[in-house]
Amino acid sequence: MHEMGIALEILEITQASIPADLPTARVARVNLRVGKLSAVVPESLRFCFEIAARETPLAGAELAIEEIPVSARCRACGERWTVTEPVFLCQACGGGDLEILSGRELDIVSIEVFDGAGGENG
Amino acid sequence: MADPGPRREVRVVGRVLAVNERMAEENRRRFRERGVFVVNVMSSPGSGKTSLLQKTLQALASRVSAAVIVGDVATTHDAERLAVTGVPVVQVNTDAFGGDCHLAAHVIEKAAENLDLGAVELLFVENVGNLVCPAEFDIGEDVRVVVLSVTEGEDKPVKYPAMFRSCHAALLNKIDLLPHLDYDKARALAFLHQVHPGMPVFETSARTGEGLEAWIGWLLEGLERKRPRASR
Repeated sequence: MHEMGIALEILEITQASIPADLPTARVARVNLRVGKLSAVVPESLRFCFEIAARETPLAGAELAIEEIPVSARCRACGERWTVTEPVFLCQACGGGDLEILSGRELDIVSIEVFDGAGGENG
Repeated sequence: MADPGPRREVRVVGRVLAVNERMAEENRRRFRERGVFVVNVMSSPGSGKTSLLQKTLQALASRVSAAVIVGDVATTHDAERLAVTGVPVVQVNTDAFGGDCHLAAHVIEKAAENLDLGAVELLFVENVGNLVCPAEFDIGEDVRVVVLSVTEGEDKPVKYPAMFRSCHAALLNKIDLLPHLDYDKARALAFLHQVHPGMPVFETSARTGEGLEAWIGWLLEGLERKRPRASR
């Protein structure tokens, strides 16, 4: 669905992040964090990324997705837990005033570039 | 293939949607300056969003100056239906042949250029019918509402928790059909409140007008809360 748009954003950000001393470097891997509560399907994102990356320095790069679980804190009793089902009620006191601590991520963490002009000796 | 050699890791650390988020903040600032209260209306296709907006605009006509930005993948049918209410309507087609599944902040910025924002107090954005993607895209709105209807499954909230958690209120529409359906309303509301405890729900029928008053009251309250900050 919107994974292609997200793949294009990732390409844009990563291309801008290739170090200035390695302008022609190939990117080996992009490390991404995707929260379970974000509306992204990792499988379709990988697929879109692969297509969008063709003929860019990211062609063939691996998109490594770390899925981040949803964790919450109850503002009433302070309980912290990992939300594994779509139930956003405190497991200790039943309260519904929660702070979502993680699970909304859609972040690029790092890129890994081949150090050296990449594949020249290949 | 030969070993391409050692790798160097470069820290990036950034939100993938940072560009959209910046643009949404820019929209929000602009709307605040003009004192426009912006309501992002989302739902699955066919929940009755457009009919509901039609009735809402008619009911608000004498009280508030409103406008609508309506997003669809294709066609201008919804804009035509909304235009009969007499309010300014801007249609956004994300693509003539099956394009984007959501409205992004830059689309709203462009669409708003076609409106005299100084003369608008309440701006509805009728998002593309979809319960997944629009949840991820901030457009600079003040409140988000989600419309679900009694002809859909009761478990919509648990199937799309990101959407239902991101919204400030829900409308349960088409309640005039309840006598003809096996829809378990209590079950639907229980699902909704387990995903988003305390979420206000307005039970409405766009067809008969039932329940619209409470929803309109909620909108006017939001509008009032925004006004003092916007007054010069």
